[in-house]
Amino acid sequence: MKNLSYVRTEMLPEQAPPVGETGIIKWMRENLFSGWMNSILTILGLVAVYFILLETLPWALDSTWNAGSLNECRENAPGACWAVINERFPQLVFGFYPNGTDGDPDQRWRIIVAFVLLLVAVAPVLFDKLPRKMILFSAIYPFFGYWLLWGGTIWGPLTAIAGFAIAYIVYRVLAPMAGNLVAVIASILTPIVWWLFLAGPIAGALGDVAPIGLMAIPSSKFGGLALSVIIGVAGIALSFPIGVLLALGRQSNLFIIKTLSVAYIEFIRGVPLITLLFVASVLLNYFLPPGTNFDIILRVVIMVTLFSAAYMAEVIRGGLAALPRGQYEAADALGLDYWKANRLIIMPQALKIAIPGIVGTFIGLFKDTTLVSIIGLMDPLALTNAIRADQDWNGIVWELYLFVALMFWVFTFFMSRYSMYLERKLQTGH
Amino acid sequence: MSMADQKPTQSFNLGMLIYDTRYRAMTIQVVALILFMLGAAWLVNNAAQNLAALGKPLSFDFLSQPAGYDINQKLIEYTSQDSHGRAALVGLLNTLLVAFLGCVLATFLGVIIGVLRLSKNWLISRLMTVYIESFRNVPVLLWIVFAMAIFIESFPAPRAFRGDNATASMVLNDSVAFTNRGVYIPKLVFDNGSMIVVLVFLASLVGIWLFGRWSRKRQEATGEILPNFWIKLGIFFVPAIAAQLVMGSPISLAYPELKGFNFTGGLHLRNSLIALWLALSLYTAAFIAEAVRAGIMAISKGQTEAAAALGLRSNRIMQLVILPQALRVIIPPLISQYLNLTKNSSLAIAVGYMDITGTLGGITLNQTGREMESVMLLMLIYLAISLAISTVMNIYNNSVSLKER
Repeated sequence: MKNLSYVRTEMLPEQAPPVGETGIIKWMRENLFSGWMNSILTILGLVAVYFILLETLPWALDSTWNAGSLNECRENAPGACWAVINERFPQLVFGFYPNGTDGDPDQRWRIIVAFVLLLVAVAPVLFDKLPRKMILFSAIYPFFGYWLLWGGTIWGPLTAIAGFAIAYIVYRVLAPMAGNLVAVIASILTPIVWWLFLAGPIAGALGDVAPIGLMAIPSSKFGGLALSVIIGVAGIALSFPIGVLLALGRQSNLFIIKTLSVAYIEFIRGVPLITLLFVASVLLNYFLPPGTNFDIILRVVIMVTLFSAAYMAEVIRGGLAALPRGQYEAADALGLDYWKANRLIIMPQALKIAIPGIVGTFIGLFKDTTLVSIIGLMDPLALTNAIRADQDWNGIVWELYLFVALMFWVFTFFMSRYSMYLERKLQTGH
Repeated sequence: MSMADQKPTQSFNLGMLIYDTRYRAMTIQVVALILFMLGAAWLVNNAAQNLAALGKPLSFDFLSQPAGYDINQKLIEYTSQDSHGRAALVGLLNTLLVAFLGCVLATFLGVIIGVLRLSKNWLISRLMTVYIESFRNVPVLLWIVFAMAIFIESFPAPRAFRGDNATASMVLNDSVAFTNRGVYIPKLVFDNGSMIVVLVFLASLVGIWLFGRWSRKRQEATGEILPNFWIKLGIFFVPAIAAQLVMGSPISLAYPELKGFNFTGGLHLRNSLIALWLALSLYTAAFIAEAVRAGIMAISKGQTEAAAALGLRSNRIMQLVILPQALRVIIPPLISQYLNLTKNSSLAIAVGYMDITGTLGGITLNQTGREMESVMLLMLIYLAISLAISTVMNIYNNSVSLKER
């Protein structure tokens, strides 16, 4: 009997998928035109991009990089006058740091060296694969960097470092003899005595014997991106430890400590940074003994640090609060005391949770350094006005603002990338 | 005899203040308190000495002296003969004005941008990412002066509108003029009888609220859903427009007109206000967008799928399931963004907008030389504003937060 059932005995050749289901068309259908709403959005987006580019691209491209003044620019090209960046780049980066034109030798190499060494000093903090010995350099960098930037005799920073060395020696000598507590108190008091009464004369005497030093540069010469980076880096480095202490204070169950921390944090978070900068520029001297007058950049750094420490404390408190209670109890069960528990168990985890917030606070601090232009320091934003005041460049606006924006953008963008890298690296989940 | 009954045999000695955990907490606190008091006393003492040496003891009398300077942007009556205190009040109102406008616009933009960034549309989500990254990573002060520069540099002067071959023209049917002195828009003029129209409008707002309650009850009772949005829109517009027509158009628009070298007649929105408002809103919107995105992403996908399984349409899934849960995550960062915006409004000083920092912390401070009093007052005012905002928002946060039993 003839078999009527139909059984395919050979495979049909594969057919190409429909045009609408492959390649770029499929991608566009799925990602750009998946519904009427999406199609409208896509078209609106394209139109917006088109108009923005139509307005800006010809201007940005039909430009000139070589000219001595705005008028010369206008003769060469109708568009942007990037020549101002070309000519004023050193000023936007170094401010009024001696550049060899007004009699003094060119000193700008000091900023470059300080910045490169900053990278070296920061590297072991940022990347834990580097040799741990490098931390020693990070520890002395603040003094060294200060000396490089402000100049003066080298003995000042060296005697300042000596204070820490003295504290360490006092602690090591006294701890076995008089007990831990006495040693700690003594190692706090001796360097203070050293710095207040001995360091100055000794540095002066050493300076007479061996006058090693760099040309002293007053704070009024600082400016540009260098000033922003100095304030930003100093603020970041100082506000982090203060923020940790404040966060611990706020989480503490000691009533007075907790109250003081909360009052401080809430006060600082309630007022704008600009009012604190007013304090730095006009009020801080009132609160110090009559006759004290210290550097404006130092005052600004203090205020920026105090400001961002409060935000840092809140971010870290978030991390502390997110930690399961079991971690605290486990640390207690191991018999660790408060500081050991925090150092070995609580903080490493809490800080990890708080990384995005911490880096966010750092980025905010760096951006906030532009506010110093309001109290008269020459940060890049204030320099744009100074450049415009020059009659060669009178009337130039967009090029300068765009360039300053780009400088900040690059720094902050890499900071946020680093935070993402750190989050990935410390990721212990699955 | 149990262990607990045993009295500690050792009597108290001084070392226990440090080595005994029962007393150590107290010791630390007392030491901290003493150090704090000493520090505060030192600062206050220094300040008192310094102020006395300068011959200006702490006094707030200057607030009642005539200010002697003009403020171009004011919400209440003010002349240069008024006191410094009133100038500060004008500034405070200006701060509140720009903060309020900024919060509204920033929330509006931030929510839209945050949702669009999560859109499946490749182009739109990329554009929103570019927007967020470029606004978040550049200082807000730069955006403020940039916005101001756009107004001053790229908008025509009022005289460009003059003559037969004017190089600039007003937009929107000759009703709005963008000039480098500011934006001129039509002004509402209230004639006789406009009170009734306003009252009708207010009544219709109450009506919308009552309708909402009634409609919710009806839905709970019968399960029917009315086209709520359209009905509310109708209640919003129809009665007020009807009243306006019936009363013979008592509320009219006064259009700005070019008189001489400047526009008159309309409402003049100053460059400084608009630039500050836009810059603050656009900057803060980028942060709010990130908060919104984080809030929506924090809601697990199962919620969307469960809602879809119940047969809800996609907009009702968003409205009834996702947003109420996402709000709990979004509100706390939103509060801090509002606070940031309000505090950043103090940068108004960079574009010459006379807010409280510009009046009390700027001209008044410079004219009277009362740095201590002015800055302290300035800080207290900002502190009060911040506390007020965070209190109000925390009440709202409590009303939307998860009610746990």
